[in-house]
Amino acid sequence: MLSIENIIETNQMIRDNKLDVRTITMGISLLGCTASDGKTLCTRIYDHITKEAENLVATGEAIAQEYGVPIINKRVSVTPISLVAAGSDLKSYVPVAEALDKAAKAVGVNFIGGFSALVSKGYTEGDRRLIASIPEALATTDLVCSSVGIGSTKAGINMDAVAEMGQIVKQTAELTADRDAFGCAKLVIFCNPVEDNPFMAGAFHGVTEGNTTISVGVSGPGVVKHALEAVRGRPFDEVAETIKRTAFKITRVGQLVAQEASRRLGKQFGIIDLSLAPTPAVGDSVAHVLEEMGITSCGAHGTTAALALLNDAVKKGGLMASSHVGGLSGAFIPVSEDKGMIDAVSVGSLSLDKLEAMTCVCSVGLDMIAVPGDTSAATISAIIADEAAIGMINNKTTAVRLIPVPGKTVGEMVEFGGLLGYCPIIEVSPFGAEEFIQRGGRIPAPIRSLTN
Amino acid sequence: MKVVVTVVGVDRVGIIARVATVLAENNVNIVSINQTILDGMFNMIMMCEAADPTALQKVQEALTVEGEQLGVQIMAQHADIFLSMHRVG
Repeated sequence: MLSIENIIETNQMIRDNKLDVRTITMGISLLGCTASDGKTLCTRIYDHITKEAENLVATGEAIAQEYGVPIINKRVSVTPISLVAAGSDLKSYVPVAEALDKAAKAVGVNFIGGFSALVSKGYTEGDRRLIASIPEALATTDLVCSSVGIGSTKAGINMDAVAEMGQIVKQTAELTADRDAFGCAKLVIFCNPVEDNPFMAGAFHGVTEGNTTISVGVSGPGVVKHALEAVRGRPFDEVAETIKRTAFKITRVGQLVAQEASRRLGKQFGIIDLSLAPTPAVGDSVAHVLEEMGITSCGAHGTTAALALLNDAVKKGGLMASSHVGGLSGAFIPVSEDKGMIDAVSVGSLSLDKLEAMTCVCSVGLDMIAVPGDTSAATISAIIADEAAIGMINNKTTAVRLIPVPGKTVGEMVEFGGLLGYCPIIEVSPFGAEEFIQRGGRIPAPIRSLTN
Repeated sequence: MKVVVTVVGVDRVGIIARVATVLAENNVNIVSINQTILDGMFNMIMMCEAADPTALQKVQEALTVEGEQLGVQIMAQHADIFLSMHRVG
């Protein structure tokens, strides 16, 4: 039997603390769509996505209405296009991105991910064509998200790809300069990418996945912060316990939504991603959770320890609440998407260096960070290399989503709109790494890759 | 189908009567009623049973209209959201 307190607590979480399900993501395998003729390939991709995801949005809305919990995004992820298009006669994969965009709009989803290539150890011809197509694809489409895996603990880091991705980020920024380099907000560079991530921009449907799966990303930093307000001044043991209990409750909602969505759509349930995902709205900030623990402003000394505790406790609490946990599963710290992070950059407490340190203990990486437009491609590559090294050595996923905004410099504000938010431009080191990046080749896999 | 109806707002005459009327009109049976004042606000929770699971949306719409007239917030939700969060097993 439910108690009145239980019901009030749940509805307070939803109404006052912004508890929501961040995304229902349908992963769709496109391996059956391959064709040597480019046009046929694009038609098959469009037809398959629109057939599989036909009822996704309506089902998501019906579940949200029935249970009274908001489901913010409905998304689609697909097999990395570098694989799907590899056997085609297309020299550029921009037409494939256009087909994905058209399909996403037809089914009404917010984003479609999977314009991706995985080149941790080396390139295929399909990978080269896809990466070369990224700037134009992101400039000419609205909903397509792209990701490139440039390293892993098992393979090491492909430094040729790291160098190239610095150039690709710059080109994407230039092609979308009229929109404050918005294209770069749809491009993620990964080390240790995961195949079942439901969050954008890095979602793709890995080749180890089934035909079509339903995965759910939960949210709820506001709920965690509210719960921590009750244990102010208490020891960390109590802080950790409070976060675990709250994460359990949040995840149970995600599990319910995922089960219902997969049942109603007749698709396999994939995973629940336990990430705490913030939004720029007041009361939905991961930075504010850290500050609730006693940090004056996010980025001050102590922030990394606070984040480590948060990330670990969220996983421990969420793990038992779901039958299958996967994806990225950790606290996100996307700067422009988090009110507390935005404020912390504005007051000068949060720097790029501190963000890098924070990514050592949380998912996922240097995310949604606007940097000066004159940041060189080599510097961006060097930032990617540093972040990939953290992921490779620590056997975790790390990512870089930097936005070098043309014509803007440190302190100026950039607005991306919606959930992507806004942020001041952050300072990067003025000291270069040109020669380091020019070397190319591969950083060998670390000793911890030899686990057999 | 178990439905939880929640009413939050400033207390006034006739809230229970009018909410109960809407539920009766939509063939929803009230199983129990709980009421408390929390943070100075009137909170009422009704555990209900809807014979027709497809009728929930219609009930929700009717209750929203009634809530606007009464000046209170009324929600009707599938009970599983609460059971999932607060019950293991």
